[in-house]
Amino acid sequence: MVTELPRKEVAIIGVGWSGGIIASELTKAGIEVVGLERGGERTVDDFIMQKDELRYAVRYDLMQDLSKETITFRNDRDMRSLPMRQMGSFLLGTDLGGAGVHWNGQCPRFLPYDFEIRSQTVDRYGEEKIPDDMTLQDWGISYDEMEEHFARFDETIGTSGEDNEMTAPRSTEFPTPPMKETPAIRLFKETASDFGLHPYHGASANLSEAYTNPDGQTIQQCQYCSFCERFGCDYQAKSDPIITVIPTAKETGNFELRTHANVRRISYDGERTDGVYFVDTRTGEEFFQPADIVILTAYVMNNTRLLLHSEIGTPYDPDTQTGVIGKNYCYQIMANAQGFFDRQFNLYAGAGALAGQVDDYNGDNFDHSDLDFIHGGTIQLTQTGIRPINTNPVPPGTKQWGSEFKQAKAQYFYRTLSLGSQGASMPYRYNFLDLDPTYTDNFGDPLLRMTYNFTEQDRNLAAHQTQRMAEIMEEMGANEVVANPDIGDYNIMPYQTTHNTGGVIMGGDSETSAVNNYLQMWDCENLFVVGASAFAHNSGYNPTPTVGALSYRAAEGIKDYYENPGPLA
Amino acid sequence: MTDENKQGQSNGISRREFLKNSGLVVGGVVGGGLLGGIFTQNFGGTADAPDTVDEETETDSPEQLTQARMFFKRQEDFDVLSAAVERIFPEDDAGPGAISLAIPYFIDKQLAGEYGFNSREYMEGPFYEGAPTQGPQTGLLRRGAFLYGIRMMQNIAENEYDESFFDLEPEVQDEILEQFEEGEVEMTGIMSDEFFQMFRMATLEGAYSDPVYGGNLNMDGWRQIQYPGSQMAYIDVIEEEEFVDMDPVSLHDHHE
Repeated sequence: MVTELPRKEVAIIGVGWSGGIIASELTKAGIEVVGLERGGERTVDDFIMQKDELRYAVRYDLMQDLSKETITFRNDRDMRSLPMRQMGSFLLGTDLGGAGVHWNGQCPRFLPYDFEIRSQTVDRYGEEKIPDDMTLQDWGISYDEMEEHFARFDETIGTSGEDNEMTAPRSTEFPTPPMKETPAIRLFKETASDFGLHPYHGASANLSEAYTNPDGQTIQQCQYCSFCERFGCDYQAKSDPIITVIPTAKETGNFELRTHANVRRISYDGERTDGVYFVDTRTGEEFFQPADIVILTAYVMNNTRLLLHSEIGTPYDPDTQTGVIGKNYCYQIMANAQGFFDRQFNLYAGAGALAGQVDDYNGDNFDHSDLDFIHGGTIQLTQTGIRPINTNPVPPGTKQWGSEFKQAKAQYFYRTLSLGSQGASMPYRYNFLDLDPTYTDNFGDPLLRMTYNFTEQDRNLAAHQTQRMAEIMEEMGANEVVANPDIGDYNIMPYQTTHNTGGVIMGGDSETSAVNNYLQMWDCENLFVVGASAFAHNSGYNPTPTVGALSYRAAEGIKDYYENPGPLA
Repeated sequence: MTDENKQGQSNGISRREFLKNSGLVVGGVVGGGLLGGIFTQNFGGTADAPDTVDEETETDSPEQLTQARMFFKRQEDFDVLSAAVERIFPEDDAGPGAISLAIPYFIDKQLAGEYGFNSREYMEGPFYEGAPTQGPQTGLLRRGAFLYGIRMMQNIAENEYDESFFDLEPEVQDEILEQFEEGEVEMTGIMSDEFFQMFRMATLEGAYSDPVYGGNLNMDGWRQIQYPGSQMAYIDVIEEEEFVDMDPVSLHDHHE
């Protein structure tokens, strides 16, 4: 028995950054919205006891319950895909606010180059620069068209930062000044300057000072307590959806939030949707929520999976290179260099987005003519604040347990600095998402299957970044530098980054993309699929501001569609 | 670090040394309850103990009341566990070891709860041995894996050295642990190196997690790496050039 609920103008599936932004924009415009969140309610009162590394950083209290739903993974199609039984490489969020609650708060914008990457690469280096199986595409939009939406997101979250000649141009000032500078970050910046690079203070959603946004929501000043990534902020000093866009939506009176509502299907007649089917996870009761417009904002994995389950759009087939759903899954190519020093730094203190960084080796900011890869990545010294269970820096060759380890840890805990590069991830024909033939979730629905490995492009990019970082670290005065240029095969267990992208990509052509540049589905005009799933590749930056900007753009499009239904592009 | 070293010695001898010296466990004559009683009374009663330790107070302290076994049924399993974690995290110049930090009790409590049942992990079959890039694929729950691994340690000790694991010299205990670390011990359903990494990680969790979980007793795991725990704010420290050492605080201080 499916209970049919009263019709809503808009139903949103998943209430994190994207769902929250769209809910706030539509409800402010007087549109009736229901937000269907599979997890529970969450407020800042939930974070009073949050300074607990074991519970949050090691046992993943804020993350998805994998006993109910996970993905399966294989490096390539010759390998049997097996379930991701434990969380590791990336941390899928859940509950109100989604992964927007446990993020670090790093707020860079993607570069103009990113949105027109194929055209610009061909213009500058020729068609042959792009390997055969690299499914590189323009995004169907330019940075100039995106800029106002980036500015909106910055205003909402109060981004702290400073301009730099290597970053995307801005039409507005940063809402708040850069965060404080630590001795370790200063050392990195001074050294980077000596190399002729252009260091700057990273853009941050951990705010340098208290800020009230245009919606009237206040974000407090960061206390540098070190509990950001994997944690909710007990100070309300890290912008997240539950202290910004979600209360804004609620205050309009037009937003109904329905938690424990796990959407299993989007109803689809081959042209349009008329609502969604969900299960109340507390009772198992099934509901149909009729809606004029449906917004899918359930992160990369479930945006892709729900479309496949609902048979909306054509699944991607890597053999024929036709279809779009599941195409261009990308990640990020992480590289690092570790340095061991004589002196101690106050590394227990920090914030998730407290970073010195250079973008001289990011995007197309440097000449790739003689390089065997395109794009690049940030190079950052991020002082997130170290915590003792997960931070065990000891020089190579040190035994990993016993007295030798224990003494080395005491020696090096505050004497180790790391440089990290978040490298761009280019799409590849055989890296994709589809449905697993064997494993299911707790409803019996097939899990999403990820087929992914690093490519030559990725390995070459990582080796380049590692080399640059090792040189800088050496010059910073480290006694010993550890930098492994070989990233090997992609491994689903060691934490790398929660910057998964693609699967429902945007573009200017319905043959090669799933959504237009308002994130409206080509194959279902009253369904909008919003999030990093829309990225046609992943840049060498954190994705959240681009997700935020796309969400604001989608909200504009949805408001237009609400007035004048039809294709927006 | 001087203060910490003193604290590191405050419990005098390790549980393993005590058991060995006392000879009480040989043949399993003494029951756990009685042994526990004797152990508690002798705890801190050595010549090295600082004057400030009051035996009466220590016996009645809240920490002691939470120290009993919730998961491990057999005393022998717990004694092997204790001896093994002490080798992973031994008492030394850097500070107290696993037994002084109550890490065996921490692990026991963890195994009794959702960690031991892998409650929030995908545990549906079919189970296949995966590629190294695919992460753990065992269907064995952690509580089963720990019992299995610990009993394998004891088996090796008895078969190869004719003694209980906890009666062996530290160097010999290390050799057995290294067999696990190298993946040389034959186990079914889990590789011994996989078990070892889990065992090592659980030990470090017991050393460095908030004392609310029963390990890191008196925050001495934190003290030996100068970790200040869960301070509310570092806004006054963040720009400091010199290292700022401070007394740790724990979740207890955040709790009304």
